[in-house]
This record gives sequence, structure tokens and C-alpha cells, in this order.
Amino acid sequence: MTTSQLPDSPQNSGLWQPNRQLSKSMELLAKIVFGAFGLVSIATTIGIVLTLIFETFLFFQEVPIWNFLTDTQWTPLFTNSQYGIIVLISATFLTSFIALIVAMPMGILAAVCLSEYAPSGLRKWLKPALEILAGVPTVVFGYFALFFVSPILETFVPGLRPFNGLSAGIVLGIAILPTIASLSEDAIYAVPQSLRQGSYALGATKRETVTNVVLPAALSGIVASFILGIARAVGETMIVTIAAGQNPRLTLDPRVPIQTMTSFIVQVAKGDAPTGSIEFITIFAVGMTLFLITLVLNAFSFWFVGRFREKYE
Amino acid sequence: MQTNPSTAVGAGTTFHVAQANYYYGSFLAVSNVNLDIPERKITAFIGPSGCGKSTVLRCFNRLNDLIPGAHVEGTIQYRGVDLYDKSVDATELRRRIGMVFQKPNPFPKSIYENIAFGARINGYKGDMDELVERSLRKAALWEEVKDKLKESGLSISGGQQQRLCIARAIAIEPEVLLMDEPCSALDPISTLRVEDLMHELKEQFTIVIVTHNMQQASRVSDMTAFYNAQATEKGGKQGYLVEYAPTQTIFNNPAQQATQDYVSGRFG
Repeated sequence: MTTSQLPDSPQNSGLWQPNRQLSKSMELLAKIVFGAFGLVSIATTIGIVLTLIFETFLFFQEVPIWNFLTDTQWTPLFTNSQYGIIVLISATFLTSFIALIVAMPMGILAAVCLSEYAPSGLRKWLKPALEILAGVPTVVFGYFALFFVSPILETFVPGLRPFNGLSAGIVLGIAILPTIASLSEDAIYAVPQSLRQGSYALGATKRETVTNVVLPAALSGIVASFILGIARAVGETMIVTIAAGQNPRLTLDPRVPIQTMTSFIVQVAKGDAPTGSIEFITIFAVGMTLFLITLVLNAFSFWFVGRFREKYE
Repeated sequence: MQTNPSTAVGAGTTFHVAQANYYYGSFLAVSNVNLDIPERKITAFIGPSGCGKSTVLRCFNRLNDLIPGAHVEGTIQYRGVDLYDKSVDATELRRRIGMVFQKPNPFPKSIYENIAFGARINGYKGDMDELVERSLRKAALWEEVKDKLKESGLSISGGQQQRLCIARAIAIEPEVLLMDEPCSALDPISTLRVEDLMHELKEQFTIVIVTHNMQQASRVSDMTAFYNAQATEKGGKQGYLVEYAPTQTIFNNPAQQATQDYVSGRFG
């Protein structure tokens, strides 16, 4: 402190001589170190976004944005190339939708079971077990869909092709199940015990308490878990690349091979499209689209949680 | 649940508690409780923290059933029927014995739905609008919320929330109202409103109130039970009933020295 000094303490016996200058430098150093590490993630995000914007800009120099949005064919690797992103979006939408139909009910039921019905000893084991499912590599899920789920489905779904959106979507649902169940469970567990007691005290049964009091109170967290689940499903790559096929076609038929945005990016990235070629920058335009979709989902989730979260003291 | 008048312990007794011990697992948490709670009177439970007053209160609607390992020995009768008999359905019991909690705990639903919920799950077939209005009027809240029944029960002040919880409890037309420190989270003005309300409600309900506030007990109650706690060897606390008598006696002429010390503010 250079500008002002506290008056000397009358009790100063000379035993107290803190090194204020050193404390201050250490404070500053800590700030810089932590700040630098914090900046790494922000800088990475900014770098990715800038790359996407730059390459996407180049892409739209070659391909009019109107064609990108309205064409109904996706044939960028052919000579007579067409760039209808709707083809890839429809496939992503289809697999994600199937995934959500699988994961939503299972996730919420698993969450209710864990937080309300399972004895605490069982909960202690079940929850980590569920989270292990999230640790299974998605490439394993992909082959699980292709070699296990598809053949089973073939026995009772007429016209099912070996590569199809249905089995990819179902397994995608299993892959995002831990996300939904775990986050929903956190939300349900966070509902204050006093609300449950209030409900029981009115003569409600456990089921009435869960469906009428606990689930509505946890709604914002549950919806947030759904949205994060969707965002994961939309961005998920290996399962759909392996099990849904590589055929870009505009359809909502879950029985035939389709190509999602992510599996298109894989297809180009593993091929031999030269850097800077139109085929190559196409993946950035697709990546940008994917990024925008997940950004909107995350922003919506953020808004929804803030808007509908019940605040308990 | 059947009421058999021949086994009832004296007319006008709502709860008959005899030689009751309360355990968490093997730990004896509250011991040797004996009291008869009179009908349509306010009975206050007072005592220091950990003395078991809330625990005994929660036996009356069997809310303690929700705690794993908790159990009761001895007799707790409601109008002559053993509360802990296997034939007694706890949900039916809780419809008859309402409860208001320490912290206001309205459901995250509209004010209207907070009241209607209990009625609905208990199969109420009457006019719901009318029931909501009547309950809110009884809880002295109607005038303040009648224009915002669709707003969240959490949007009103703490004192209003607590009266909403009282309205919610009396909406299902219980016979008894248990109140577990209903004013401890409220400011003095809200507290007075709730106390006034209790005086009106006792025309219709038997009320048992747990309170930390001795002035409140002396203001509102007809009977007072004083509980005390003793430290156990393992560092826990064991509660027991010291004295149960008309409120006048407890505050002016108690039989036990401990009661005298507590009500005169010498400890607790």
C-alpha cells in the first residue's frame, strides 16, 4: 500500500511482521495461472468457431446458400453435385428422434426408481452402474446395433435393411440413456424432502407423491436432461456411421440406410478429398450446421432451466 | 379404520399415549411418554432441541413410517384405535390428521392447485372452486390471494405461504391438525396472524403444536407438555416427557423443578 498507511498500532510489539508484499505477489500469480488455464478452453472454442465460420464462408462462395437450404439431393462427391443439407438433417433428425423415444421413458423411469424406490444401499450401487454405460465406447455401441439389434429387428420388421436408421436410433437411445437418467435423477433427488412430507401428510401415496409433486418440482431439470440428451444424439458419430449406413437420401423411413450429418463428415474425412477442395470444405458447412443446432438446443436448455426452476430456500 | 366407542379412553380424548418409547433402529430416541390429548383444544409440546417433541408429533400421523428403522413401542391410540395396528392404513390416517410443517412447504403449483391436490387424491367429489375458497377463507388468506389463484404458491410471502399450507391441510377436512413449529420461519406479525387463526380453528379441530417459543405456548395452548433431553453416553440425545398439565399449571405452578427452570428461562 503506497498511497495510504494505517496508523501504527499502539500494541505493536514487533512480534507481528507479515510479509504483505509477498502475499500480494502470490495472489497475483495465482490469478494469472488460473486465468491462463481458464482461457485455454475459451480460446479453443473461439478457435473452432472461427475456423468453422471461415471455411463455411469459403463453401458458400462456391455453393449458393439457397441451394444448400432447398436442394433435395445430397451428392457433393459426384460430378453433378448437389448440396441439399435437408437430406442429412432429416437423417440426423430421424435417428435422434428414435433415440429420444427410447431414452426418455427409460431414463425417467430409471431416475424415479433410483431416487424414490430403490433403498439407499441399492442406489449407491445402481447409479455408478448406470454411469458405466456412459463409458462404453460408442464404436462398441455401433457394432452392437449392426450385429445384434439389426438381426433381431429383421425377424419382425418387414423390409428392414441391414443398415438402417431404426437400429442405429435405438442403440443411440441406449447410449444417451445414462445422460438422461443421471441428470434427471439429480433433479429428482434435489427436490426438498419437505415437499414429499407435505404430500404424504395430505394422505397421498408414494405414486401420487411422485407423479403430482416430485416430478413437477423436478421438471426443469428433467427437461434439461432431455435436451442435453438430444444434443448428444445429434452430435453422436460412431453409432450412426456404423449402423445407419452411408446413403444420403431424403426419407423418414427408419428401415433403410441413411446418412446423418456426422457420418457424412466421417466419410469425407476418411476419404482422400484434398485440403481446400470443395468436397473438403463441405464438411465445414455441415459441421457449422451441426454446431448451430446443438448451440440452439443448449441455449434453449439454459433458458428453460432458468425460467422454470423452482427456487427453494 | 373403525372407531369402537367401548375401548375409547374417556370421551373427548383424541390421542391416548401410554408407555410409548420411540426408537431409531436400536437407539431409544424418546422414552416413556404418557399423555391424553383432549379434543378441540390446543395442546402445546415444548422443550429444548432434541427432546423428542417433533418425533412424538410425527407419530400421530405416522409420518415417521418414512424413516427406515424407526419404530414405536407402547400404546398410541387415536380415538381408541391403535394407530400402529397393521389394519390401519397410514394414508387414510393422514387424511384425517392434517399437518403443518416448520418451514412453509407449498407445492410448486398454483395456489389453487395447492389446495385442490389433497382434495383430488382423496376423491373429493364436491365443488372444487367452492372448497378452495372456503379453505382459503378459513386460513384467513382468501382476501390476499383471491385475484391470483393461478399464480405459483411460491410467489407469495413466507407468512402467506404458511397460511396456504394451513389452508391446504384443512381443505381435506381433517379431524386433527398437527403443527410442527409453524411460526419458526415467520416474522412476528405473520406469527400473530397464525396464532389468531389457531384460536378460530380449535372450534373445529384438535390442534397439537410443537413450539420453541414458550410465550407462544402460553398464549395459544390449553394443555402443555414439557419434554426434556438428556445426553447419552454415545453423544446422542434422548428425549423424555417431564410433565404434562394444563398450560396455566405448567407456567405458574409446575410440579417438576426442571419444568420451572425451563419456563422461567433458566435453560433451553
